[in-house]
Amino acid sequence: MLLLDAKGAKDDAFLRIASAEEAAGDAVLAPLAELEALLATGANRRIGVVIANSQNVEALAPYFDRLALIAIAFPSGTDGRGFSLARKIRRSGFIGALRASGPLFSDQFPQALACGFDEVEIPDVNAARQPVQQWLDALGRINLTYQRDFSAAENILDQRRRARTAGEPKNV
Amino acid sequence: MYRYDEFDERLVRERVAQFASQVERRISGALTEDEFRPLRLKNGLYLQLHAYMLRIAVPYGTLNARQLRQLARIGDVYDRGYGHFTTRQNLQFNWPKLKDVPAILGLLADVEMHCIQTSGNCIRNVTADHFAGVAYDELEDPRPVAELLRQWSSLHPEFDWLGRKFKIAVSGAPHDRAVLKSHDVGVRILRDPATGEIGYQILAGGGLGRTPMEGKVLRAFLPREKLLAYIEAILRVYNLEGRRDNKYKARIKILVHEIGLEAFRQLVEAEFAQIDSPQNDVDGEEFARIKSYFSAPAYEALSDVSRKLEEAQAQDEELARFVEHNLFRHKQKGYTALTISLKKIGQAPGDATSRQMRVIADLAEKYSFDELRVTHMQNIVLPHVRLDDVAEIFATLRAEELGEANIGLITDILSCPGLDYCALATARAIPVAQDLARHFADPRKQKEIGDINIKISGCINACGHHHVGNIGILGLEKKGAESYQITIGGDASENYALGELLGPGLPAEVVPEAIDKVLAVYLAQRQPGESFIEAYRRLGLAPFKTAFKEIADAVA
Repeated sequence: MLLLDAKGAKDDAFLRIASAEEAAGDAVLAPLAELEALLATGANRRIGVVIANSQNVEALAPYFDRLALIAIAFPSGTDGRGFSLARKIRRSGFIGALRASGPLFSDQFPQALACGFDEVEIPDVNAARQPVQQWLDALGRINLTYQRDFSAAENILDQRRRARTAGEPKNV
Repeated sequence: MYRYDEFDERLVRERVAQFASQVERRISGALTEDEFRPLRLKNGLYLQLHAYMLRIAVPYGTLNARQLRQLARIGDVYDRGYGHFTTRQNLQFNWPKLKDVPAILGLLADVEMHCIQTSGNCIRNVTADHFAGVAYDELEDPRPVAELLRQWSSLHPEFDWLGRKFKIAVSGAPHDRAVLKSHDVGVRILRDPATGEIGYQILAGGGLGRTPMEGKVLRAFLPREKLLAYIEAILRVYNLEGRRDNKYKARIKILVHEIGLEAFRQLVEAEFAQIDSPQNDVDGEEFARIKSYFSAPAYEALSDVSRKLEEAQAQDEELARFVEHNLFRHKQKGYTALTISLKKIGQAPGDATSRQMRVIADLAEKYSFDELRVTHMQNIVLPHVRLDDVAEIFATLRAEELGEANIGLITDILSCPGLDYCALATARAIPVAQDLARHFADPRKQKEIGDINIKISGCINACGHHHVGNIGILGLEKKGAESYQITIGGDASENYALGELLGPGLPAEVVPEAIDKVLAVYLAQRQPGESFIEAYRRLGLAPFKTAFKEIADAVA
């Protein structure tokens, strides 16, 4: 698996485990079903959970302050439920790391970041075709957005407002 | 009409460059064919039966002369000298080469056009009443709302990978010319009966295809400033809750149908309550900026009758017929909205040659304040024509085989491309339309039959809107042969209705005769002034079915 964020590839600090019994080290990533068991160990380690893109956010929200990472599974690149789920999770106050995990393609990297993800995790077979540089290149292709509230960068509406106060924007 | 500012322009240029990079990465193998396919579709590029097809967005059907000339040029240089206007107010080229597509996109960007979201599982080109801004019955011009939605939905990061395509239409008049109820979301501009305030009625869950559904009222009245937040709530609920297991059940209409309108409304209202806030309201200054582009042109003060036109009509029977059928009542005295028929008898509905496009562009510049509209009925409108100029315009149109006086008549047939082009089609559609037009070519016969529309689809995906045709024809494949099912009673207007099946499918060559039988019932039983659809509503399906059975039995 290739893990990367807006700065490039990174090591995964989280040990991926299938059940709470395998927990070791200072950070683990487990299926959501293992969360209660992990919390019950009382160990002082960072916990991440993998959730399906059909996860109910209200049911998960009470655990947000004990989660360092939420990884939303993308069953395919074309199943976009994870983008809306990420928006809802952020809106519900989750401030830990948010990871998109699955066979996304590089053109979706800026969309994932705009929807609130911090990082993406790609299967090796996809990463072999689409190395890190392609993902970073994808971030610079579309530098404008009409949508408000989706990215740290100034959106088109803000830029128009600024241009209005400085004088009328010009037609091309 | 709307003009790009520097930001709109840059966004389109960046999208062109992004698409070029996607093509390069497909060629290098970085993208598999499965990965590339949705990316090319989101940029309007289909792989059809014989070639690629490129679908160009004509936002809410509005064009100017410069844009139409550029389309004509692209048709000449990169295609076969013609283009096809679609039932969603767009334009398709049927024969472009993949290697030329980036160059075509560059030419489009030069005239503020693009192919963004003309296909794929995303929010498609927003459509609107083709008489927007000029119709006598209009409460408000829907184009500023359509443009607001166009911008908001363009390259939306969250809603680019929906379960299925998502179509939005806007109308600002009580008479629905935008087929709102066939759309995933319909936006009707109306006045709140209680307060007199202007706002929106929001319809959702409409769609044609293999499971036609009539859009339902989701919100009877939505305050203006809440539009984008409310649509966002609908899209988020749909994106999360819509089915993903079966592409034929993935449209919002199925979600609304399966969980029920009330449950769907609760989900949307709950989501809306979460995001409804002053900072999510439509930016009033931004909306005013968009609106300023759609102010009325500098009309002259004219009398509401044109002596000049009346005298010319008295001399020329064909002109008189054109005036009777191809003009639409304008809100400005002395002006008319003139529809140019792309349904010359025997022609493929919606096709225009590059030469014809240039002629129409010239007419728009000279007579219609440089404005044109594409209709979902696949015709072109000159929206601001002085009645005094109609005879001259008609003379030009007639010389260019564009003078067919058949708008709203039985030969004004709507048709998808069908098996002549489309990879999804199960039967031919264009040749059926051509045969029917020839069959009913006699102008006296057309006039006798009066207001009626025939809509033809070459497969159950229903791009030819057959469910909402007064007479709908659906081409299927049955045991290796084409078979055409005929429905009647469909209505795309504010009296929306889905057509009902007359009986078993027929071979193509019998279709005109079968429609003769149906029309004979109407002509024999109609009351004075009653149109086909009105007579159908009064008489019901039974007498038509009986007449149809004679033909069906003879064939079987």
